[in-house]
Amino acid sequence: MTARVLIADDEPNIVLSLQFMLKREGYEVLVARDGTEALETIRREMPRLVLLDGMMPGLSGFEVCEAVRADPALEGVRILMLTAKGRETDIARGTGAGVDDYVTKPFSTRELMARIRGMLA
Amino acid sequence: MIPPALVLATAFGYLLLLFAIAAFGDRRAAQGRSIIANPWIYALSWGVYCTGWTYFGSVERAVSGGVWFLPIYLGPMLAMFLAWIVVRKMVRIARTYRITSIADFIASRYGKSPLLAALVTVITVVGVLPYIALQLKAASAAYEVLAIGQGAERAAVWWADGTFYVALMLAAFSIVFGTRHLDLSERHEGLVAAVAFESAVKLIAFLAVGIFVTWGLFDGMGDLWRRAQELPELADLMRLDAQGPGSFGHTQWFAMTALAMLAVLLLPRQFQVMVVECTDENHIRRAAWLFPLYLLLINVFVLPVAVGGILIFGQGGADPETFVLALPMSQGATALALVVYIGGLSAVTGMLIVETIAIATMICNDLVMPALLRRKGFAARSSGDLTRLLLNIRRAAILFLLMLGYLYFRIAGAGHALVSIGLISFAAVAQFAPALFGGMYWRGGTRAGALAGMLGGALVWAYTLMLPSVAGAGWLPAGFLQAPFGLSFLAPEALFGLHGFDPLTHSLFWSMLVNISLYVGVSLAGAQSARDASQALLFVDVFRSTGAEPIFWRGRASIGDLRGLAVRLLGTDRAEALFRDHARETGLPADALTPDARLVDRIERQIAGAVGTASARVMVASVAQEEPLTIDDVVQILEEASQVRIYARELEEKSRKLEAATAELRALNEELKSLDQLKDDFMSSVTHELRTPLTSIRALAELMHDTPDIDPEERAEFIRIIVSESERLGRLVNQVLDLAKIEAGMAEWTSAEVDMRALAGDALRATAELFREKGALVRAHLPDEVPTVRSDADRLMQVLMNLLSNAAKFVPDTGGRVDLILRRHGNWLELRVQDNGPGVPPADRAAIFDKFRQAGEVASRPPGTGLGLPISREIVNNLGGEMWLEHQPDGGACFAFRLPIEQGGST
Repeated sequence: MTARVLIADDEPNIVLSLQFMLKREGYEVLVARDGTEALETIRREMPRLVLLDGMMPGLSGFEVCEAVRADPALEGVRILMLTAKGRETDIARGTGAGVDDYVTKPFSTRELMARIRGMLA
Repeated sequence: MIPPALVLATAFGYLLLLFAIAAFGDRRAAQGRSIIANPWIYALSWGVYCTGWTYFGSVERAVSGGVWFLPIYLGPMLAMFLAWIVVRKMVRIARTYRITSIADFIASRYGKSPLLAALVTVITVVGVLPYIALQLKAASAAYEVLAIGQGAERAAVWWADGTFYVALMLAAFSIVFGTRHLDLSERHEGLVAAVAFESAVKLIAFLAVGIFVTWGLFDGMGDLWRRAQELPELADLMRLDAQGPGSFGHTQWFAMTALAMLAVLLLPRQFQVMVVECTDENHIRRAAWLFPLYLLLINVFVLPVAVGGILIFGQGGADPETFVLALPMSQGATALALVVYIGGLSAVTGMLIVETIAIATMICNDLVMPALLRRKGFAARSSGDLTRLLLNIRRAAILFLLMLGYLYFRIAGAGHALVSIGLISFAAVAQFAPALFGGMYWRGGTRAGALAGMLGGALVWAYTLMLPSVAGAGWLPAGFLQAPFGLSFLAPEALFGLHGFDPLTHSLFWSMLVNISLYVGVSLAGAQSARDASQALLFVDVFRSTGAEPIFWRGRASIGDLRGLAVRLLGTDRAEALFRDHARETGLPADALTPDARLVDRIERQIAGAVGTASARVMVASVAQEEPLTIDDVVQILEEASQVRIYARELEEKSRKLEAATAELRALNEELKSLDQLKDDFMSSVTHELRTPLTSIRALAELMHDTPDIDPEERAEFIRIIVSESERLGRLVNQVLDLAKIEAGMAEWTSAEVDMRALAGDALRATAELFREKGALVRAHLPDEVPTVRSDADRLMQVLMNLLSNAAKFVPDTGGRVDLILRRHGNWLELRVQDNGPGVPPADRAAIFDKFRQAGEVASRPPGTGLGLPISREIVNNLGGEMWLEHQPDGGACFAFRLPIEQGGST
């Protein structure tokens, strides 16, 4: 069974690269362009993993994360945050928002892929 | 008749109510929520001017002399025009130097002279005694009308006379009222509240009886007047030139108005309520028109009641002094009669309480205390609380005054009408006027001059006015008034053959002539003592003192002695508070105070509130060794004080400057902080903008590297993205550097005559490809000829390119339209770029020129660095112009900028 992964980012080129990478590994990929769309897709599709951009228009990644954690129906959803260095990383590290893991941009695709595999194992 | 028990019970109940009000007032004062600290209460308390004399006497006076009752009230109304100037100065002086009575005021001005204080007190006691007698007479007459009936015979012996017991009761009342407190604070808040209440009651009662007579017994004012005109003796009352029974002349009109003008300021009770009890100088402004209004109201019905009384009782049918009571009684309106009686009681008790308390304070501070202080060892005795002794002296003085008043009433009062008695008192206190007002406005007045003037004036007054009034009672041989000692030119009422004046005008003329001549003459003839001169300065220039007042005291003292003195007179609490305040103001620790002039002065002022300035000076002198001052010393102290004042002003100036500098620094710091914040925001924005393309580039490159079998098409797409993201990075770096350079003023600018028309054409050609790609229509609106501007052509090109490429990005994919408009607008050359895109959302308009603020949804916004507009605006600003966003009614964005056309520049 292939895992379903949601990419939530507002930068088309980053989405493109992540999509290519995940598809190459055989995952089923969903895409959301902002926080609101991301939350809707999570509720509808119940992906195993969400690659969540920290700074998005509408709902920020952290707000999406909080909403997911507050919803008992979404218990199985894992979240990997793509953060900018600085405050965002600090928050993600503090796990106050409830993220399972984080990677800072610009990221190494190999490292990111290793973490994704680990989380979906 | 009303049963005596009912009258007495009503009176007693009313007095109890007054007590309750006074107690309430005192309690609120103790809580710091004063009920008298408002201009209405203050103005009402001035109404204590209207006594039983007003209440009962005005009608009598109107009956005998028509409108001649008016000067007594006209004078005060005139005096009120000066209230803001004169009363305010009196209040300021009294407040500053803790002056609590008129004797104190005058004595303090003339070197704190105990002799002068005593003289003023004696004149007051002798002069006001008839006035007190008058109140007793009014109170007993009113009682008789109500409970006994008109014309009852006066008891032959004093112990059977009801008036004696009235006097005793009022004495008890005053004692409890005015000397309830053990602390000797000079103000009596509860008392003032009660007096103000009484003023209201007597006004209402008098208006009630007036309305009753005018509209109840008759058919209004018109009816009264018509009927009065039918009686010849009444018709005369309505005329100003009346030669009626009183047959007054115009000189007396003037004399009485002048007397009343002075009396309203100089009577002890007026000084008490106006000056001593004043809580706020600004209240004087309101009281100065409320008080005349009060007088006007209380006089409105005097003539109607007088006329009504004569019409009903006939001339001589009843005592006019009791018309206000007799009229309702005769009609069976006993309830109204009782109300009127309460009003009269208010008038009488208000006057008696305030007057006796004020005079008792003077007797205590200015007669008894100096005598005690002269006794060896009294002042120096270091133990024992003096406050209880002082209170007992005051209590005894109140009793003494009322008994003396009763005595006068027994001897002289029966023979005189109320009004003439009151005027004797007015004339007595008028003797204070030259020394008091002279002292407030003329620095040259001396102690000797004040003493001589007042003594002379008082003697003339006693001889020409007091003596005849007593003689009327049969104490002197019958011929004395015509030719005393057989010398007709000494006749008290026609001194030196001065005939033609009535006795009052005659007395006022001679006493004032003597008083003023002696005051001015002796003051000018003699040398002023140092103490006199220094007090004169403090009084006359009271409004000029600004913190650093000169202290005219030199000598030695010990802290222990001063503390002991303060404790004895102020009590431990207030004494300690005084030393604490002094320590705080001088900035010294409480145990390191030095007994300097300032401390001595402070203690003397505080004590003055309790025992008067003259006695306070004597008491301080008993514990401190004062060095006598010479005029030279006074001058030197003044110079020092003015020096201190200059320093204080400079210090104030400096601290103001320092404050301004601090505020400036604080503002600068805030600005720096916000700049710092801006810089942080900018940095984080820049790094974010750098990170995004970097992330894509790295990810795509790694993926291509790790996926050897990648589809060639995908590879080509990835490489295209990498190239375009690299370009984006490069552009961003260049713009950041550019902006930083412009903002730091490091950018290089060229200056040449620029033809904007040609420049716009160049820009349009350079961006033509962009618009063609979008399928947009571009229209240029360029005038045939525009003046050149002195500017930087390359930078302006950068701005134009930015605006045009922005427009190209935002126009719709089909039907896009862009207009470039160039035109001259006065001394400006204006260029606008208008598109038919979505326009800038209202929420983003304010920040559109901020860095990294691209408008619109991020997902749909075209690629850009977010620095184009900020840079354009910086450029235009640097070239002396301005750039703005204009609202387009049909949507679409319109960016415009303008540049100044140099005057006299070539076209």
